[in-house]
Amino acid sequence: MNKFSIYQYLIILTVLVLGFTYALPNLYPTQPSIQVAYTDSGKSADQVLLNDLQNILDDSNSDHEEMFLRDNKIVIKFKSLDDQLNSKTVLQNTLLDKVIIALNLEPTTPDWLKDLGGKPVKLGLDLSGGVHFLLEVDIETAQQGRLELLLDTYRKSFKEDRIKFTNSSINDLELFFEFPDSDSYNKALRKYRTDSLGINGVQYIITEKPSTNILILEFSDVALKEIRDYAVGQNLTTLRNRVNELGVSEPVVQRQGSNRIVVELPGVQDPTAAKKIIGKTANLEFRLEANSRTSPLRKEEFDFKNNDFATAFLERSVVVSGDRVTNASTGFDESGFSQVNITLDMQGGRAMQKATSGNIGRKLAVLFVEQKSKSELIVDEDGNSVIEQTSYIEKNIISLATIQAVLGTSFRITGVGTPQEASELALLLRAGALAAPMKFVEERTVGPSLGKENIELGMKSIMIGFALVVLFMTLYYRVFGLAANVSLFLNLVLITGIMSLLGATLTLPGIAGIVLTVGMAVDANVLIFARIREELKEKDPQTAIRDGFARAFVTIFDANVTTLIAALILYIIGTGPVKGFAITLSIGIVTSMFTAIMCTRAMVNLIYGNKNLKELKI
Amino acid sequence: MNTKFQFMKYRKIAGITSIAIFILSVFSLSFKGLTLGLDFSGGTLVEVTYETPVELESIRNTLISNGYEDSQVVNFGTNLDVLIKVADQNGNSSIGENIFQLLENNGFRGELKRVEFVGPQVGAELRDQGGLGMLVALFMILMYVAFRFQYKFALGAVTALGHDVVIILGLFSIFSWDFDLTVLAALLAVIGYSLNDTIVVSDRIRENFRTQRELNPIEMVDLSLNQTLGRTVVTSFTTLLVLFALFIFGGEMIKGFSLALILGVLVGTYSSIYVVANMLMSLTLTQEDLAIPEPEGAEFDELP
Repeated sequence: MNKFSIYQYLIILTVLVLGFTYALPNLYPTQPSIQVAYTDSGKSADQVLLNDLQNILDDSNSDHEEMFLRDNKIVIKFKSLDDQLNSKTVLQNTLLDKVIIALNLEPTTPDWLKDLGGKPVKLGLDLSGGVHFLLEVDIETAQQGRLELLLDTYRKSFKEDRIKFTNSSINDLELFFEFPDSDSYNKALRKYRTDSLGINGVQYIITEKPSTNILILEFSDVALKEIRDYAVGQNLTTLRNRVNELGVSEPVVQRQGSNRIVVELPGVQDPTAAKKIIGKTANLEFRLEANSRTSPLRKEEFDFKNNDFATAFLERSVVVSGDRVTNASTGFDESGFSQVNITLDMQGGRAMQKATSGNIGRKLAVLFVEQKSKSELIVDEDGNSVIEQTSYIEKNIISLATIQAVLGTSFRITGVGTPQEASELALLLRAGALAAPMKFVEERTVGPSLGKENIELGMKSIMIGFALVVLFMTLYYRVFGLAANVSLFLNLVLITGIMSLLGATLTLPGIAGIVLTVGMAVDANVLIFARIREELKEKDPQTAIRDGFARAFVTIFDANVTTLIAALILYIIGTGPVKGFAITLSIGIVTSMFTAIMCTRAMVNLIYGNKNLKELKI
Repeated sequence: MNTKFQFMKYRKIAGITSIAIFILSVFSLSFKGLTLGLDFSGGTLVEVTYETPVELESIRNTLISNGYEDSQVVNFGTNLDVLIKVADQNGNSSIGENIFQLLENNGFRGELKRVEFVGPQVGAELRDQGGLGMLVALFMILMYVAFRFQYKFALGAVTALGHDVVIILGLFSIFSWDFDLTVLAALLAVIGYSLNDTIVVSDRIRENFRTQRELNPIEMVDLSLNQTLGRTVVTSFTTLLVLFALFIFGGEMIKGFSLALILGVLVGTYSSIYVVANMLMSLTLTQEDLAIPEPEGAEFDELP
C-alpha cells in the first residue's frame, strides 16, 4: 500500500499554506497615492505637515482617503488617479518648493497579511518603467585631490620643522620632494615613515633616492582602498539626497563593485531631467582671497561664474572642500536680504575655524569645480579623423564674501542678491558635495507604456503556455496527468509566494524563467510516470507506483542540481533583468522538485493508495 | 512507449553531421563573428513608438544630416515602432536623449519607449564576464557529473554541452541575430536543460550496464535510449510548447531569448541521444568503469 504518514501530509500542507499566504498579496490591486516629504532632507515629516496637508486638501475640497506618517514621509491614498493628480497639483501650488511630492501606487495588502510580512512581488524597471543608471566614480581625481592636500600639509610641516626642500610637485599621482642635503632628506624620510603608520596599515609607498636627495611618495593599496571607499561612500550619500529631490517613491541607490554606483528610479519618465540632477559632476572649494602678503607662487586667478570679465586672486590652499558641506539652504537676514545658510561637518568646521580666526576682514571665496568635456577632431594612426573627448576641470568663483567673524560648523553668506540667486547658490552648494566626479557608464530607460506592455505579454505567455501543458498532460496521462497539473499550479503559487517573501525582483526575463519552469517542471512527473509504466510490466500496480517514484528520484535530483549550478552562475555574472531570470529559474527548480515529487505523490497516494488495484491506467 | 529504434546504427552519420555543423559554426564564429547586441558592443539604443507608420528612410536621413552617420534604423515588432542604434561615441551618455529630441524637433513626434546606453568599458566587462561565466558553468558541471557518475560520462556530457553551445552560437552568427545578455542567459539555461536530458540518458545507461550483463555495449545504449525516449520526447514537447507561446506572445524584447531556447531544446535533445552515446562508445565504456556498485537509490527509498 502507498500511504504517507500524517507528518508527511502536515509538512506538505504547511508549505502549501505558507506559499498561498505569501502569494496572496499579489492578488490585491494597487491604489493611487502620493508621498510628501520636506525638500530639506535633514527635516522629517511630522504632525504639523500632516495637519497642513489635511487643511489644504479640505479647503480645496479634494477627495482623499487615508493619510498617515511613514518613514519621514506622509502618505495620502486616493480613490482614483484623477483625485491623485488633482491633489498633487493643489498641494504643489500651495506649498511650492517646501515639499517634494511623489506619485505612487500603494499596495492594498490587508493588515493581517502585512503583519505576517506579506507584500506583493517587486517589479523590475523593465516591467514598472523607469530609469536605471550606472555611474562610475573617478577615483584618480579623488586621489589627486588627496595628494594636493598632502603636498600642502608637508610643505607647511617641513617649514615648521626647518626641513629645507628645493622642489616639490605632483606628477602621475606621485608626490615628489627634492632636498638640498642628506640631512633634510633623512629628516623628511623619518617624518614620512612615522606618518605612514595608519590604523589599518602602511599608508605610503616611499621611493628613496639618496644619491639625488629625492623622495617620491605614493599611496599604498590600503590608503587607496580608504580613499576609494570614502569617495564612493560620500557620493552615495550625496546621490541619495539628489535622488530625493527628484521625488521618486522607491528609489534605489547602491554601490556596485569597487567604484560604481547603481541608481534606479522607478516611474521616472524623463531621463534627461533625472540625469541633470544626478549627473551634476561638481565639487566645491572654500579658499581665502589672496592679499598683498601672499607670495605670487601661492595664488591663482579665477573667473567669476556669472561674470566673465571679473576675476579674483585666491590662495592656492583649500580651507575646506565641498565634501564637508552637509547642508545649504536659503533664508533672510535681519534687514530682509537674502542669505545662504551653510552647515559643515565637524572636521570641516574645525578647519574653517582655524582658517578664519586670524583672518577676519579678509574675503572667503567659494569655488565651484565642474568636470566638463570637450570634443576635438583628431587624426588617428590609420589616418581617419575621429572625435576624441577629453575631460577637463573648470573652476569658477560663485561667491566672494567678507569674513565678519570666526566661522565654525554653521555660518551664512549674506549679500547674495535676489532670492532667486540665493536659492541657486544654495542648490550649487548642495550639489557640490561630491567627493569625486562621476560619469555615466550605463543607462537604461523604459517608458511606462513599454513596462505595462511587457507585463501583459509576459502574463499572456505564462497563461497560454500553462494551458497548453495542462491540456497535453491530461490527454497523455489521464488521472496521473491531472495530479501533475495540480502540482504545476501549486508550483506557480509557491514561486510567487517565495519571490514575494524574499523581496526578489520580477523582471521580463524573470517571467520568461517562470514560463520555462512551467515547461520543464512537468519533466520530473514525466520521468516518474514513464518509470511507473515500465515497472508495471513486471510488478503489481502498488509496487510499480512505489518503485517508480523511488527510482526516478535519483535521476530528477541529479538533473536538477546541474541546472541549479547553471542558474547560480547566471545569478553571479548577470545584471538586472538577467539576475531576475536566474532567480525565478532557481526558485522554480527547487519548488518544482517539491511539488512534482511530494505533492504529486500525495495526490497519487490519496487516489490509489488504499485500493487493491488489479491494473493501472497511466 | 515500446520503441526499438537502433539509434547506434546511425551513430557514424550522426557523428559526421555533428562534426560538420560544429566546424561550420566555428568557421562562422571565427570569420564572421557574432552580431553583438548593445549589452556587449556598447553604444546607444532608442525605441520610439509612433501613432502612424513613419518612413525609416527619412529618419535615417535626419540622423545622417545631423552627424549620426553610423546609425541603424529598423522597425521593431510592428511598423509603428522604430529602433535606432548608434555606435558608441567615446562614452557619451546623452546621445539617446539627443536623438529623441532631434527627431521631435524634425516633426517625428512619438512616445519614447526606451533608451539604453552601455559604455564601452561596461560592454567589454559584460563580454568577459559572460564568457568566463560560461566556462565556469561548464567546468563545475563537468566536476559534478564526474563526481556523481564517472569521468567518461562527464566528458560525454561536457562534449554534448560544448556541441550545443557552439552550434547555437554558430546559428546566431550565421543568421546575424543579435547576441545580447538575454541570449547569453538563454544559453546558460540551455546548458542546464541539455544537461537534464543528458543525465537522464546517462543514468539509464549506467543502470543497464550494471543489470543487463548479457548485452553488448551497442545494444545496451540502444536499449537505454529507447527506454528514455518516451520521456525525452514528452519533456522536449512540453518545453517547446511553452517556448513557442513565449516566442509568439512574449513580445519583441524576448524574441532572441526564446529563439535561443527553442534551438537549445532541439539541439540539446539531439545531442543527449547522439553526442553523449557517441562519446561513450568512442571512449569504450566498459563494465569495469562502473564496477563499484554505488548504493544506488537505496538511500532515497525512504523518501517519497
